[in-house]
Amino acid sequence: MSAGQGSRVTIAEAPRFAPQGDAALVVCFGETIDPATNARVMALAAALRSAALPGVVALLPSFRSLLVQYDPLRRDYADLVAEVGEVLRRAQRVALTSRHITLPACYEGELAPDLPDVARLAGLTPDAVVALHAEAEYQVFMLGFLPGFPYMGLLPEKLRLPRLATPRLRLPARSLAIATAMTAIYPLESPGGWRLIGAVPVDLFEIAADPPALLRAGDRVRFRPVARAAFDALRAAWLAGEYRPEAA
Amino acid sequence: MSVGGGVRVIRPGLHSTVQDLGRPDLQAFGVPVAGALDPEALRLGNALVGNAPDEAALEILHAGPVLEITAPALRVALAAWDGEMTIEGADPCVVPAWRSVTLARGTRLSVTASRGAVCAYLAVGGGFAIAPLAGSRATFVRGGIGGWHGRTLIAGDELPVRGTEPPTGPERRLALPPLPASGALRLVPGPQDDHFTAEAMATLQDAEYVVTGAADRMGLRLEGPALGHRDGHDIVSDGTACGALQVPGDGRPVLLLVDRQTTGGYPKIATVCTADLPRAGRLRPGDRVRFTLIDIAAAQAARRAQERALAATVAGIVPVAAGEIDVAALDRVDLTFGVAE
Repeated sequence: MSAGQGSRVTIAEAPRFAPQGDAALVVCFGETIDPATNARVMALAAALRSAALPGVVALLPSFRSLLVQYDPLRRDYADLVAEVGEVLRRAQRVALTSRHITLPACYEGELAPDLPDVARLAGLTPDAVVALHAEAEYQVFMLGFLPGFPYMGLLPEKLRLPRLATPRLRLPARSLAIATAMTAIYPLESPGGWRLIGAVPVDLFEIAADPPALLRAGDRVRFRPVARAAFDALRAAWLAGEYRPEAA
Repeated sequence: MSVGGGVRVIRPGLHSTVQDLGRPDLQAFGVPVAGALDPEALRLGNALVGNAPDEAALEILHAGPVLEITAPALRVALAAWDGEMTIEGADPCVVPAWRSVTLARGTRLSVTASRGAVCAYLAVGGGFAIAPLAGSRATFVRGGIGGWHGRTLIAGDELPVRGTEPPTGPERRLALPPLPASGALRLVPGPQDDHFTAEAMATLQDAEYVVTGAADRMGLRLEGPALGHRDGHDIVSDGTACGALQVPGDGRPVLLLVDRQTTGGYPKIATVCTADLPRAGRLRPGDRVRFTLIDIAAAQAARRAQERALAATVAGIVPVAAGEIDVAALDRVDLTFGVAE
């Protein structure tokens, strides 16, 4: 495991630095989606947050790189690269704390319109698909696409399917979806091409909350299958402010 | 903190939103930065009404709104590359862009948005009394976040203003109306220029592109010679910066703007330098655009030069001499707070 709760991550091999214009520095740790590469991204983000370099405007972690946005009037690119390199050297082992969160999910009926197809394509029964999906623990690699949209992985091999050939123009908020090696939850009603296998009763993004997103990069997430009646009760409890998902 | 009243929307225009210099802090949660397409115009508009440079103003796209002043008196300025305000009434008068004017309660003004750019800004003295969200009043319309209820303005909206003091001092104008810069947009190569063929890099500098109708605050889809990928057009999604030229499978670049998604899965061949982002933000469907590549040091020097030029423009703001004021305007424009009450 690369980054469990309270684990330490070795940033190790030197990343590649590249400018994205004159106000953003890309620090790239690889070209693949894997937990170890992503953990290095998160470790550098944590180290830079504590270093609080002047003129750094925002840190945007993604699967395999960190985008360091800076004020070009306050920072020279070459100096910033040198300073980020120095932070890397000093923070070769960074303590990462990741939350373990369990989200209830209903994999039934109209909430799971693609479950029968997923089962057929995977050569499994729908129950076996649900069991496989709920048995794994997923790492939140990054948030993107929509406010609060978590890219989580990696899916068990048997569940890895391409996106739908024809994306839906509208799918419901809180849909639980899979595509390639990823699983995600659509925070808002939106278009989307991932396969819908369920739904969660909690909101992934509430602008008035602090932080506004339920999940953040680095979190470890599991899904706990619940029946429709329990799902509806949890939704009502969430809306009444009486329920928050279990986190440790 | 509002003195009561502000600006009432009689007709909203095509796409009018509250924008400031954007909201970088929520990007890690997947929330786009948003903010003004043309930060240069926004800053000049704010300077004309005595606001801080990052104060929120009305961003007006394509066609302008009709507004009514509901504050006792309000100083406003239109920052538009080729546009004006008409003060309505039996005897309408035209107030040009790049100067302030103080309007009494009940005044109706109709904004002719920029003909030379997609966007124009109406700055109001004191700014809008809208609670900031994560440090910004920018509107991200697709997410329903920020600004005025997270949306474009509609008829009947009344935006409160924050000014607690009546406007004082003479009206102000730019000494010289600024000339919109022209010439190629300057690009810094990368971060994924190594995903493209050498021919693509040459084409990018030689070819002329046209802004298609697929143009909004998220980005501009450009039509022109395709830019060839070396091997495949998929990359593992990573963070995007404003001005990135993202190239999908068909080889036609998309210039990412202020409402861009925080992450993207197509390679970015090059990125417009920050000095040229205001110009990129002004582009309209049908506009032609050329690119030239510069290195990061040149991009940073260009930005410093642009900042000096902007500071000089702001320092050159002059009081409007009495003789310069359109006589028709004097009848309607309340230059002495309270008289119109």
